[in-house]
Amino acid sequence: MENDAAIGAYEYTCYRINNGFVKGIHLVNRKELTFLERIYIFEAFKGILITSTHFFKNIFLHTAHLLGFLKGQSAAVTIQYPDEKREYAPRLRTRHRLVQREDGSPRCVACMLCETVCPAKCIYIIAGEDPDPNIEKVAKKFDIDLGKCVYCGFCVEVCPEDAIRMDTQIMDIAAYSREEMLLDMDELLHPGSRKNG
Amino acid sequence: MPTLKIDGKDIAVPAGTSIIEAAKKAGTFIPHYCYHPGLSVAGNCRMCLVEVEKSPKLQISCFIPVADGMVVHTENDRVKEAREAVLEFLLVNHPLDCPVCDQSGECELQNYYMNYGLYESRLFEDKVKKEKVVPIGPTVMLDGERCVLCSRCVRFCDEVTGTHEMGIVNRGDHAEITVAPGKELDNAYSGNTVDICPVGALTDRDFRFKCRVWFLEKTSSICPGCSRGCNIEIHWNKERPYQTPNERVMRLKPRVNPEVNQWWICDEGRYNYHFIDQNRVLYPMKNNGKDLVQASWQEVMEEGSWVMKELQNTAVIVSTDVTLEDLWIAKELFIHKLGIQTIAYLPTKKSGEEDHLLRKSDKTPNTKGAQALGFEAKANEIFSLAEAGKIKTLILFGHNLIDLLGKERAQKIAEKVDSMVWIGSNQHEGMNLAKWIIPSSVYAEKDGTFMNYEGRVQRIFKAFPALGESKAEWQILKEWAQHIGINLPYENSSVIFEKMVQAESAFNGMSYQKLGEEGVLLNDSKDEGRGTMDDGRKKHVL
Ligand code: SF4
Ligand code: SF4
Ligand code: SF4
Ligand code: SF4
Ligand code: FES
Repeated sequence: MENDAAIGAYEYTCYRINNGFVKGIHLVNRKELTFLERIYIFEAFKGILITSTHFFKNIFLHTAHLLGFLKGQSAAVTIQYPDEKREYAPRLRTRHRLVQREDGSPRCVACMLCETVCPAKCIYIIAGEDPDPNIEKVAKKFDIDLGKCVYCGFCVEVCPEDAIRMDTQIMDIAAYSREEMLLDMDELLHPGSRKNG
Repeated sequence: MPTLKIDGKDIAVPAGTSIIEAAKKAGTFIPHYCYHPGLSVAGNCRMCLVEVEKSPKLQISCFIPVADGMVVHTENDRVKEAREAVLEFLLVNHPLDCPVCDQSGECELQNYYMNYGLYESRLFEDKVKKEKVVPIGPTVMLDGERCVLCSRCVRFCDEVTGTHEMGIVNRGDHAEITVAPGKELDNAYSGNTVDICPVGALTDRDFRFKCRVWFLEKTSSICPGCSRGCNIEIHWNKERPYQTPNERVMRLKPRVNPEVNQWWICDEGRYNYHFIDQNRVLYPMKNNGKDLVQASWQEVMEEGSWVMKELQNTAVIVSTDVTLEDLWIAKELFIHKLGIQTIAYLPTKKSGEEDHLLRKSDKTPNTKGAQALGFEAKANEIFSLAEAGKIKTLILFGHNLIDLLGKERAQKIAEKVDSMVWIGSNQHEGMNLAKWIIPSSVYAEKDGTFMNYEGRVQRIFKAFPALGESKAEWQILKEWAQHIGINLPYENSSVIFEKMVQAESAFNGMSYQKLGEEGVLLNDSKDEGRGTMDDGRKKHVL
């Protein structure tokens, strides 16, 4: 019964949309399949045809390029990872890093706002007293568990000290165990290093 | 009683009440910094300005007593504008330390700014610099820059402890809070200055940076540090074990109870929480002659239960650290069901310092409770019997015999007694004398009641589950009884309390509901000295 009611409401909404109650939406109705499409076999062959056309075209063009012909026409390109790396947009959220002060100490004051805001609860901070009274507080331990992180970037946004950023351009975050996904403070301060991996 | 109008609401309050208190009664909150109901009125922060009709200027509501027919506005444009200006003024030299400041999350500057400030900043960032991170005493850290000069801490040291350590020096922008030359803030109540400081100028050295306040859970309880039974809140966190490894309780804070401790607790009580998570006995143990080895509950209950059957020579010494519920089950089992005559109570700690404010010399929370339930203070008699070899089985509740009786006597008793059973929560040297060790939970891990020195029965609440395999004393006794065929049909502490009230006439009419937040006095307890600080100073009305 409840389901029926829900479907009813859904249909009513569609009806309202179809009848132009809602403006500015381009509606595409689902196309009915024809008989030939429904028996599937012709469509499968059509697919194979398209794939092989591209395959042979690319083989032909790549061979031609090797021999020095047809340079003007481009063939399909794949990136030869890990030898080649792709350029990322600078605003892309990549692996975290902790910003340092001029003397190399972390800028983080362990306010724990990032830890508080993190929806994945994957930041673990321990605070301690800094000998410099003008800094006063410092992170003694700062771990991020990338195995849990959802790359939302909230931690970067919330930081009052601009101490954490996600601009390392490092995206290859893979490991053989969960433990290895844990970045410690040292690694966060020196994003190139990889102790665990 | 004068009747006045606050924001259009009529309210009658006793003559002499200040407007701010009258407003509180009428349900209107007036923001304030320097005013504290437990201290004298300083009137220097100007945050509590209100408009009183027929008076030309705005008035500070903490200082002005109510008068009949007064009409007060706390929310009109004039008041709002003034508050905003006061806040702007207070924040002129205040550093924006909030990410570091331990008060963040509990700070009245932040709260009031969001509620009453929100002005356009006109600041050019040339703030007056003052001293930061100064340890002004063993427990308190001062940050002069953050201070709003409300003088609450100064008045606390002048009026409550009477020790006069603190003061404000210099004038204007350069006014600064400091300790008197050559002095430290090290009185027995110094931690309270941190509680009353409305901003992060005074922070607790014990708590600093341990845990952000917004991660803390709060449970009402009673301080077990002495027989005063101050009302406290346990602030704990167990979701972040990496922050404070193996530590659940982060700090204790006083809970206002005008009849017991008003707004304060002593430092001894405030920092007396580490035992909750440290050196705990986590599982039952058995003495194999040389060492203590881990045993299972089954083993302890079964092999240990013969202990309870040999009644003629069994003696029990209960402690005054456990709840009334635990004590009453002990009475039910040992006295009523088993008929043991050699049973006594004995505090687990030696008596200590006492003063005119809160501290009592008896450093356990429930001595009066043990007395009220009819336990006698004849532990020494039992020890003498034991020395004479007349006791076969001795059951102790957490006592450290070595500490209480000295090494020689304790060892002698342990040798003469066939089987010593020790039910306790924290490890100590004296525990090794026992044959059976049974782990019990501490006050933060159980529900129950304590009775303070004046006969006030007050509730403690369970904050988190017991550590390891430990259990509440009443539960241990109940299970033990089951193994020798005695049924004590009580499932939780509230049922036990109900039964106790039925059985003991002195507790007549009490129930967990009635105890509430402030506790209830035992029927026959005397009236003298109740509810005031012991020096007879005027009791502040809340
Ligand atoms: S990116 Fe999001 S999920 Fe990842 S650490 Fe930051 S706040 Fe947490
Ligand atoms: S928000 Fe910034 S300063 Fe605060 S703990 Fe996170 S990284 Fe450190
Ligand atoms: S230290 Fe705190 S309590 Fe003392 S005057 Fe300053 S703000 Fe007030
Ligand atoms: S006076 Fe006693 S009960 Fe009160 S806080 Fe101190 S130790 Fe605890
Ligand atoms: S609270 Fe009234 S002036 Fe400070």
